[in-house]
Amino acid sequence: MKFDTPAGMNPIDRLTVVGKPTPRIDGPLKVSGGAPYAYEHHDVPGKPAYGYVLGAAVAKGTIRSIDTARAQRAPGVLAVVTHRNAGKLGKGKMNTAKLLAGPDVQHYHQAVAVVVAETFEQARCAAGMIDIDYARSDGAFDLVAAKAGAKEQGGSDAPTAVGDFEGAFASSPVQLDQNYTTPDQSHAMMEPMATIAAWDGDKLTVWTSNQMVNWGLKDLAATLQVPIENVRLISPYIGGGFGGKLFLRSDALMASLGARAAKRPVKVALQRPLMANNATHRPSTIQRIRLGCGKDGKIAAIGHESWSGDLEGGGLEVAVQQTKLLYAGANRMTAMRLAVLDLPEANAMRAPGEAPGLMALEIAMDEMAEKLGMDPVAFRVLNDTQVDPEKPERPFSQRNLVRCLQDGAERFGWSRRKAPGQVRDGRWLVGMGVAAAFRNNLNMKSGARVRLNGQGTVTVETDMTDIGTGTYTIMAQTAAEMLGVPLAKVVVKLGDSSFPVSAGSGGQWGANSSTAGLYAACVKLREAIVEKLGFGPGEALFEGGQVHVGNRSADIARAAKSGEIVAEDSIEFGDLGKKFQQSTFGAHFVEAAVDRYTGEARVRRMLAVCAAGRILNPTSARSQVIGAMTMGVGGALMEELAVDKRFGFFVNHDLAGYEVPVHADIPHQEVIFIDEADDKVSPMKAKGVGELGLCGVGAAVANAIYNATGVRVRDYPITLDKYLDRLGEVA
Amino acid sequence: MRPFTYERATSAQDAAAKAAAMPGARFIAGGTNLLDLMKLEIETPGHLIDVNGLGMDQIVETPEGGLRIGALVRNTDLAADRRVRKDYGVLTRALVAGASGQLRNKATTAGNLLQRTRCPYFYDVNMPCNKRKPGSGCGAIGGFSRQLGVIGTSEACIATHPSDMAVAMRVLDASVETMRPDGTTRAIPIAEFHKLPGQTPQTETALEKGELIISVALPKPTGGTHIYRKVRDRASYAFALVSVAAVIGRDGKGAVALGGVAPKPWRVEEADALLSKGAQAVSDRLFADATPREDNAFKIMLAKRTIASVIAEAKG
Repeated sequence: MKFDTPAGMNPIDRLTVVGKPTPRIDGPLKVSGGAPYAYEHHDVPGKPAYGYVLGAAVAKGTIRSIDTARAQRAPGVLAVVTHRNAGKLGKGKMNTAKLLAGPDVQHYHQAVAVVVAETFEQARCAAGMIDIDYARSDGAFDLVAAKAGAKEQGGSDAPTAVGDFEGAFASSPVQLDQNYTTPDQSHAMMEPMATIAAWDGDKLTVWTSNQMVNWGLKDLAATLQVPIENVRLISPYIGGGFGGKLFLRSDALMASLGARAAKRPVKVALQRPLMANNATHRPSTIQRIRLGCGKDGKIAAIGHESWSGDLEGGGLEVAVQQTKLLYAGANRMTAMRLAVLDLPEANAMRAPGEAPGLMALEIAMDEMAEKLGMDPVAFRVLNDTQVDPEKPERPFSQRNLVRCLQDGAERFGWSRRKAPGQVRDGRWLVGMGVAAAFRNNLNMKSGARVRLNGQGTVTVETDMTDIGTGTYTIMAQTAAEMLGVPLAKVVVKLGDSSFPVSAGSGGQWGANSSTAGLYAACVKLREAIVEKLGFGPGEALFEGGQVHVGNRSADIARAAKSGEIVAEDSIEFGDLGKKFQQSTFGAHFVEAAVDRYTGEARVRRMLAVCAAGRILNPTSARSQVIGAMTMGVGGALMEELAVDKRFGFFVNHDLAGYEVPVHADIPHQEVIFIDEADDKVSPMKAKGVGELGLCGVGAAVANAIYNATGVRVRDYPITLDKYLDRLGEVA
Repeated sequence: MRPFTYERATSAQDAAAKAAAMPGARFIAGGTNLLDLMKLEIETPGHLIDVNGLGMDQIVETPEGGLRIGALVRNTDLAADRRVRKDYGVLTRALVAGASGQLRNKATTAGNLLQRTRCPYFYDVNMPCNKRKPGSGCGAIGGFSRQLGVIGTSEACIATHPSDMAVAMRVLDASVETMRPDGTTRAIPIAEFHKLPGQTPQTETALEKGELIISVALPKPTGGTHIYRKVRDRASYAFALVSVAAVIGRDGKGAVALGGVAPKPWRVEEADALLSKGAQAVSDRLFADATPREDNAFKIMLAKRTIASVIAEAKG
């Protein structure tokens, strides 16, 4: 199905199942241990051996020699695979660095070997017996030092300019010109990278944890240099990914190589201390924002520049993305520059671009509002735009930012906000902050197959993944709505490369794209059912397990009495995304308190108001948003991969050193969804929400801390060492 | 983790004697720290002597009016003990500020005293660390040292002692009671129990080879307001940036010990005497010889401000 004109009325609009708060259908499996994660599958042919990955001890250099003899003789060891015996390997299209080092080492903890043994403990012990002599070479590990040599990129990453930014900024009566920094961040998902690999002759099956089954499949085949049809990738349950599992990673490759060498199925889970440096991360940014306003508060000039780093051949953090679209202003510029660094591979993490971009931009907006003497909500409302400010002929498909801000302000009690440093609660200084949330809506081609059997059971099959987001449930809701059957009559099978290729889970495109693909398959199945029943032509109504056309009715199951009916289709998106800017919007409100003695900052209340198209399942959408808000608190107050600029690695590479919020950090969270349906995005009229919830949270926290203390911090995370000397004297 | 042999000790003296006789032997009780270190091959004992079966899990009153805490009393049980809560509140507060409920259920009193630094360079076997591998250098000096020590450190090591419990015990003037391999016992004042690194950061305590902690004695209660303030980046389950254990009387006199700043719980008796003069005076004395690094210099100001908070709280 091609989606190239706005959606009219369709069966989804009945909203008898879609749009209703629905507990996740896979919940009982998850709480009873019945949902196998990558490391836990038992339907593997033969008892798996255990693989243990050894990471490189240097950040950059060459392996001069590698002696595995002692490890190979260790008890229980079945195989040791290094670059010397792995065979010829390619490199996946989505990978910047190789997944197996040697002889060159590209980053710290890049995999140098996998040891396969009968038990995990034997493999781990033997890994410690591999002797490697490295020739360490100098590398670039400091973004600040590398900034001057950073280069502009082309295509969609190229600089943009509209009007006369420099002139308009220079002549603006009120100006802001500030630098902001965001740190390297780790996905730090609960389930580490994990894979079981099994070969049957030249056929390979991997049970893994991957957000994008088809990307993983292609890159695994490309890396192993085997035909893609010889590889099957299964990823039905994923214990968090946040973008870290968008790509083939070393667990899948090393398990496959280990299994080939040991002639046994092999399971590999990356040990936690490898996760920060072996896997990808969100790169740090240095950002410069310039705003020029008239005395009336209207933005005349808006400029945003960003610097980030990555390995040679890698990409930018697109931190200026939202600034192209969020606020009005006739004179604009953006620019991004990429430095080559020898730190581990930088790549996407939840809301790449907007998450760090808004951490900076939305502090800048708060600072400008103060310079103007305006309320920060009113300042944002004043500078709203209903068209793409770089291309005013492009309207937004739907844009309710103003309502998010205004409804949120009312709900949160924003009018009680005082000037900075005015509110005390015992030893706590208390303040409120706001930030706009913005994340582009992306659509991806997505396919599904749907089957109807003689019992009236509908089975959905697609390689779509559920990364904890609730995909199983919204797919079941979609099929139930389309076919007029109860939720209990729908079986959803996901995450298997033998199923039709889907959008996968990333960029908050999964929910809308994959349900739209299923919608397309269901339209085909409806046609086949009506034809089988001999009811056509005429408008069909699927309801209550029955099919009605005109005055004729039948149980849906009857259509499949003589055999299963199968339909498959995909949704492909035309140029509506070009004609209309499709984005999601929100507003975050935060109340924070800072201990006036110690500077400890704690969030007290949070509210998010989201405008993100039709909300398919308010229950799981709310979970997505509160999870994202939690991640935003982490980004604001504690998350940072600390770089050792001498040795070139992330030092705090475990969950004791890399702090994310614990329960005690997270207070009452409230989420409100504006009732929307966006007919320009898909037949589902839905958009993504999983990343929107993160966008702007960090700045809302930062602005609340400023309002509490009168102290502005522009470098994340906002830890007390950065402002303790600016809090008032206490002794 | 390297292969190791394992046995259960039959008595405290049996444990001590075996540990003295076996090269590379270590005691194991809760295992909440040792097992992690073994998995990462930071510790590679060839033999483990399990002391869990030795009793030593009671808290009893001493003839002097204090408490004797068995070495194997779990952190959870110690924190919850009615007598501890009533008379040694700073100890309960320190205990519950540490780790997580699950860890406190396993971790023992002796093991808590003996836990090792969380310095990230100690934890990464690819990095130099004089404590882990004497003579290899200190990776933390010149590296990421935000969590590390500002006083009592040396050019060989700037690690901090991670315990909360020990900081409270230091302010309470506890003593560590041990049994040597020959069956003799001794009491080591907590002030002398942990060693400063000097040129031998691998030597962390006054314990001799094989010597086993059997209990910790608390002196008679002194009254006063008991406070434990632990400052950290997140609200729970994190090691202290700075912590302050304080016992302060109605007259404003008392004692303070600090965690998160030094290789041992940091207390200077001359600083205690300055409590009535305020936080600045106390802090100046506590940190008179401080050698902060760029990343952790904030700890000195943070300590002063935390002491100020504690003094204000004690005044009520």
